[in-house]
Amino acid sequence: MTPRIEIDTVTKYFGTKLVLDRVSLSVARHEVLCLIGASGSGKSTLLRCVNRLIAQDYGTIRLDGVPIDDPVFGKTGLQQRAGIVFQAYNLFPHMTVLDNITLAPRRVHGLPRPEAEARGHEMLARFGMADFARAYPEQLSGGQQQRVAIARALMTRPDVLLLDEITAALDPELVGEVLAIIRGLKDEGMTMMIVTHEMGFAREVADRVAFLSEGAILEQDTPERLFGSPQEPRTQAFLRRIIASGRL
Amino acid sequence: MTRPASAQGGQTERARRGPPPPPPKQGFDWRAAALPSAIGATSIAVVFGALAWIVTSADQWPRIKAQFFSLEAMVAAFPRVLQGFWVNIQVWLTVLACILAWALVLAVVRSLRAPWCAPFRLMVVIYIDIFRGVPVLLLVLLFGFGIPALNLPGLPNSGLFWGGVAMVLSYAAYVAEIYRSGIDAVHEGQRAAAKSLGLSEWQTLRHAILPQALRNVVPALMNIVVALQKDVALLSVIGVRDAVREAQIYTASTFNYSSLIVAAGLFLLATIPMARLADYLTRRDRMRRLQMAA
Repeated sequence: MTPRIEIDTVTKYFGTKLVLDRVSLSVARHEVLCLIGASGSGKSTLLRCVNRLIAQDYGTIRLDGVPIDDPVFGKTGLQQRAGIVFQAYNLFPHMTVLDNITLAPRRVHGLPRPEAEARGHEMLARFGMADFARAYPEQLSGGQQQRVAIARALMTRPDVLLLDEITAALDPELVGEVLAIIRGLKDEGMTMMIVTHEMGFAREVADRVAFLSEGAILEQDTPERLFGSPQEPRTQAFLRRIIASGRL
Repeated sequence: MTRPASAQGGQTERARRGPPPPPPKQGFDWRAAALPSAIGATSIAVVFGALAWIVTSADQWPRIKAQFFSLEAMVAAFPRVLQGFWVNIQVWLTVLACILAWALVLAVVRSLRAPWCAPFRLMVVIYIDIFRGVPVLLLVLLFGFGIPALNLPGLPNSGLFWGGVAMVLSYAAYVAEIYRSGIDAVHEGQRAAAKSLGLSEWQTLRHAILPQALRNVVPALMNIVVALQKDVALLSVIGVRDAVREAQIYTASTFNYSSLIVAAGLFLLATIPMARLADYLTRRDRMRRLQMAA
């Protein structure tokens, strides 16, 4: 069966700095892939390439076998099918929670406001945010904002969810509520690519973990094997540092 | 032997009583405030008193007083100057509305990133360079005297109209740069979020960037609004009968300059409250940013 996401020898430079070095990966339907690695190893860049926030210099990324720059997707088809959630939430501060999450359905996908808002209320209720539809982002805690951001990414019913260090900006006691949502999405069968520093979470939720170093994938395996008996010296060194800092 | 026991006793007693009460709220202490206030008042009295003494002790002061500060002349000139000032206000508001709209167009064009917008971006850059580089007064003279002389068909021929156009063109160059700074100040993550949702570049600007950018630049715009209010007086050089022009007309017929003081007073009456409003908005904006950063 065609993988949901297929990343084929993708290379990306920022100026003359190589940030992605012939990365190849595939993510099957309903699979959860965690990307781990030190800061600056290219994890976020790779994620952003998948929904074309950044265009790769070489290589191809396919969604269900179709290259993501194929005209089939039109202007907004790819964004509809691959949602992304950012570390800093990036909610629109001048809009209410409801307007934040209904903006794309209304303006991009032409859903009439009543339908978009009905779907929005439904989505908020699902994430325990039903009472906050009329609130502004700055009135919410970090965990609540991130839940809204996830809701916003799910409003167009995407096939793939890309999560870019979504708990990195949160206070420790708020991380749990966000991770619980991701667990729920995994149980529903959402295909996800997750960049994370929460190794415990990666171990628990991932079907597969890929370790990136200096823009290249050094190793990918099941969480048991990658965390339990990493093969590459650099993976071992990285995991030792993580364990030393008490994050695994 | 006794010392640790008593220390321990003190601790348990404190624990039993609960935390100490909050410190009493400090009231206004007249005695503490009296000396600084007295020093302040005295130094103000001394400095301003000295200035007043220097001015009024000048040989020519009585003559200056009669020419510039004659109450009689002020009362006589007031109706005409006020009428002129009404023109100032009308021109100011009309020109202001045009500036805000035209500058927004310029700023939006300048911040469009699509490659095919390049020629338009370049045009805006050149426009801004030209109109920021030429003194407003010069533009008012050129437009106010030059274009009506062309007798263009279908266009108004009044100096007021073309002088106003000159002000709009010139001020819009500044305001466009203010808008642009506001657009640039919106965090890149907002663009990324909008793009990731599938919004087009125009939709991103319209729904995500501009509302935040405009809110960011309100304090800076207020200063422009105040400056513009005064600069409307430049139109008097091309014969628009505003407050300054009316005051000059009075001066020319009576050789008394008190009418100019009347005009100055009217301008102050309008600009000082606006400057305070600008300060208030700036402060509020600062608080908002601090809260957001916290």
